Amino acid sequence: MDIGVLLVYGILGLTVIVSAVGLIVSRNALYSALFLVVNFVAVGLLYLALGAPFIAFAQVTVYAGSIMVLFIFVIMLLGAENLMLDEPLRGQRALGILLVVIFLAEIVLYYLLRTTPLQAIPAIPQTFASPAEIGMLLFNRYLLPFEVTAFILLAATVGAILLSKHEGPTRPKPGIQKPETPVEG
Amino acid sequence: MFEDYLPLLVILALAVLIGFIVVLLGVLFGPRRPTPRKMAPYESGMVPYGPGRRRMSVRYYLIAVLFILFDIEVVFVVSWAVVLRKLGTLGLLGMLVFLVVLEVAHLYAWKKGALEWD
Amino acid sequence: MNLSDFILTLPIITLLVWALLLLVVDLWVPKGRKGIVAALAALGLAVTMGVTLSQSGGSGLAFQNMIIVDGFAVYLNVLYLVSGLVVVALSHDYLKRMNLERGEFYPLMFFSIAGMMLVTQAYNLIMVFLALEFLSIPLYVLAGLARERPESEESSLKYFLLGTFSSAFVLYGIALIFGATATTSLALIIERVGQGALNLPLFIAGAALMLVGFAFKLAAVPFHEWAPDVYQGAPTPVSSFMAVAVKAAGVAVLLRVFLTAFPSLAAEMAPLGWGIAALTMLIGNLLAIAQTNLKRLLAYSSISHGGYLLMAFVAYGNPQVAGQAVAAMLFYLLAYTLTTFGAWAVVISVEQNDYQGLELDDYAGLGLKYPWLGVAMLVFMLSLTGIPLTMGFWGKLFLFRATVDAGYVELALIGLLSSLISAYYYLRVVVMMFMRSGEPRIRRDGWLSLVAVGSALAVVGLSLLPNQILQMAAQAILSLQ
Repeated sequence: MDIGVLLVYGILGLTVIVSAVGLIVSRNALYSALFLVVNFVAVGLLYLALGAPFIAFAQVTVYAGSIMVLFIFVIMLLGAENLMLDEPLRGQRALGILLVVIFLAEIVLYYLLRTTPLQAIPAIPQTFASPAEIGMLLFNRYLLPFEVTAFILLAATVGAILLSKHEGPTRPKPGIQKPETPVEG
Repeated sequence: MFEDYLPLLVILALAVLIGFIVVLLGVLFGPRRPTPRKMAPYESGMVPYGPGRRRMSVRYYLIAVLFILFDIEVVFVVSWAVVLRKLGTLGLLGMLVFLVVLEVAHLYAWKKGALEWD
Repeated sequence: MNLSDFILTLPIITLLVWALLLLVVDLWVPKGRKGIVAALAALGLAVTMGVTLSQSGGSGLAFQNMIIVDGFAVYLNVLYLVSGLVVVALSHDYLKRMNLERGEFYPLMFFSIAGMMLVTQAYNLIMVFLALEFLSIPLYVLAGLARERPESEESSLKYFLLGTFSSAFVLYGIALIFGATATTSLALIIERVGQGALNLPLFIAGAALMLVGFAFKLAAVPFHEWAPDVYQGAPTPVSSFMAVAVKAAGVAVLLRVFLTAFPSLAAEMAPLGWGIAALTMLIGNLLAIAQTNLKRLLAYSSISHGGYLLMAFVAYGNPQVAGQAVAAMLFYLLAYTLTTFGAWAVVISVEQNDYQGLELDDYAGLGLKYPWLGVAMLVFMLSLTGIPLTMGFWGKLFLFRATVDAGYVELALIGLLSSLISAYYYLRVVVMMFMRSGEPRIRRDGWLSLVAVGSALAVVGLSLLPNQILQMAAQAILSLQ
């Protein structure tokens, strides 16, 4: 393998792992959110490296962009920047570590004990996940799922408004918008 | 692998570089006469009050959710726009159905006052 | 894409277009006159049912093998639409008196039903996932409709968190299956399995993850903990919708995916299904004994009935009995739908405007003071237990018979045992209604009484011709593959 390619994957992979660990161990929810942004961008770059620019583009605009904005809104909405240090469920952490060890052991054992050799994945054409290619698939084979997506988005919009918007007479609008009176958390 | 995106990298590097240079120029050549007023946090010219961390209004939540929904719509529109001519009428109709459904969402949000800051 | 695609998907298109129009019309219907929206919703469901019934007997694939139309789908689609009609009847007065009257209720329910229809007809794993989301998202909202009540919020949040969690399982399973076979189309998966062109460990792991995800949706033990809290906190008509239609859709998608794409994995999956079914029946019924709140009691009851329905899944790999088991399952679902909606209608009648009247003690003397309602509830409790002269009896009989024929005698015995356990808590309700004195208060509403008395009559009346109905169900599954 080309040393440059190896370097790119190495750096990106390391960034993904370090940011994921940082996300978990950070005691401030806002820092966690920022680690997640780094994670999303690095994963997006990995998609790009794998020849899937459309997915990379969606990853950066939707995940690193708008979904992170929502995350940060919610953190600030709840005033929940500082996370609790104690475990809400006792023994949760020990159990989690145990499960991770079992999972890793499983993977290693499978790798060592497998009877059929791992096959290399056949190379795919570089354009297979280009926006044009996805557009063609989306409007031919996957037309029905595509339209269903629109309805899911509609249902989600109606739901979000129904659950968070207060119905009733709208208050008379003041001439000048007053600054939001903050509730100290 | 990344060769096609070299221009993007150049733009990214230029953006960082220009930002850096502008700040650097200010530090190098600008006069620096600090007063306590000048050193205070900048809040659009208002007198700063209260701690920096405060809870935001729940109304931002709805705006953020609507933003996500229409952001996803944009992602789909991009994939359609790049093959607009190849898809022909069928693609146009498919996109129209998609847009009409989301336009109902827009209409609903509008009528329910979700777009207003009441 | 051509005309036949549209003809085959016409029921779903009708329902969705109607939902869109309903949503827009509702914006201009003033508050307090939402009865108009309810009536339009009922009309839409009836029209869709007509279109669906016109498909019976036919079958085919549509939209590049994304969805399939067959007897199984038509039967279940009619069941979902009937559930929708019943929920409109149950909720119109309830929403008004609880001050929850929102026109969006009906379009959201339409979306959920369309999701159920899509998931039943899905012939591609992408479609399975999207349809599952489509049926769940409106329900997360409907569960939290009474948002001033913390219980309703809790219900919505719990359902949302566990629902997305289970969707993640399904999605991960789909990803592994795609990794193993390089396709998401059910038809192509069978082809690849036939050619042996797949990665078997990945394939098994993927199927197992999907089983876990579906078991969550079905509230099967050990993935059931959310159900009682969700059903208790949600507005009661929404709980009844979840107990009946969502459960039916969960079983439907499980059978559709596993019967079509994974018959080769029956040896691996049947023991898992066996364990889940046995645990679900036993634990659902045992925990129901401890309940005094009727909504929680019915929640545990619906968990245990999910276990009975899963018996049909255990036999799925045996081609000689798979058809018989699915037919028995479809029969059982009909019996379960009629009985459960009737029982929930009685619960809604007794529920007070301040959300009181849900305890077992509130039913004391109900049968003496309101004999119609009492007798109807008696029929439902007997049918849920599985006592002769009710649909519930025949449903259990056919399911147990199919299970024994498939060679799972122990499972049938566990089913019998758990039915005996369930008799204790079902009959306790009956004893409370007829042998204790009390001053029960009920809400009088014509539609509620119609649902209660109508389903009681159906549960008894249809039990007189069980073989004809089983025949109909057997016809329905003939074209499953």
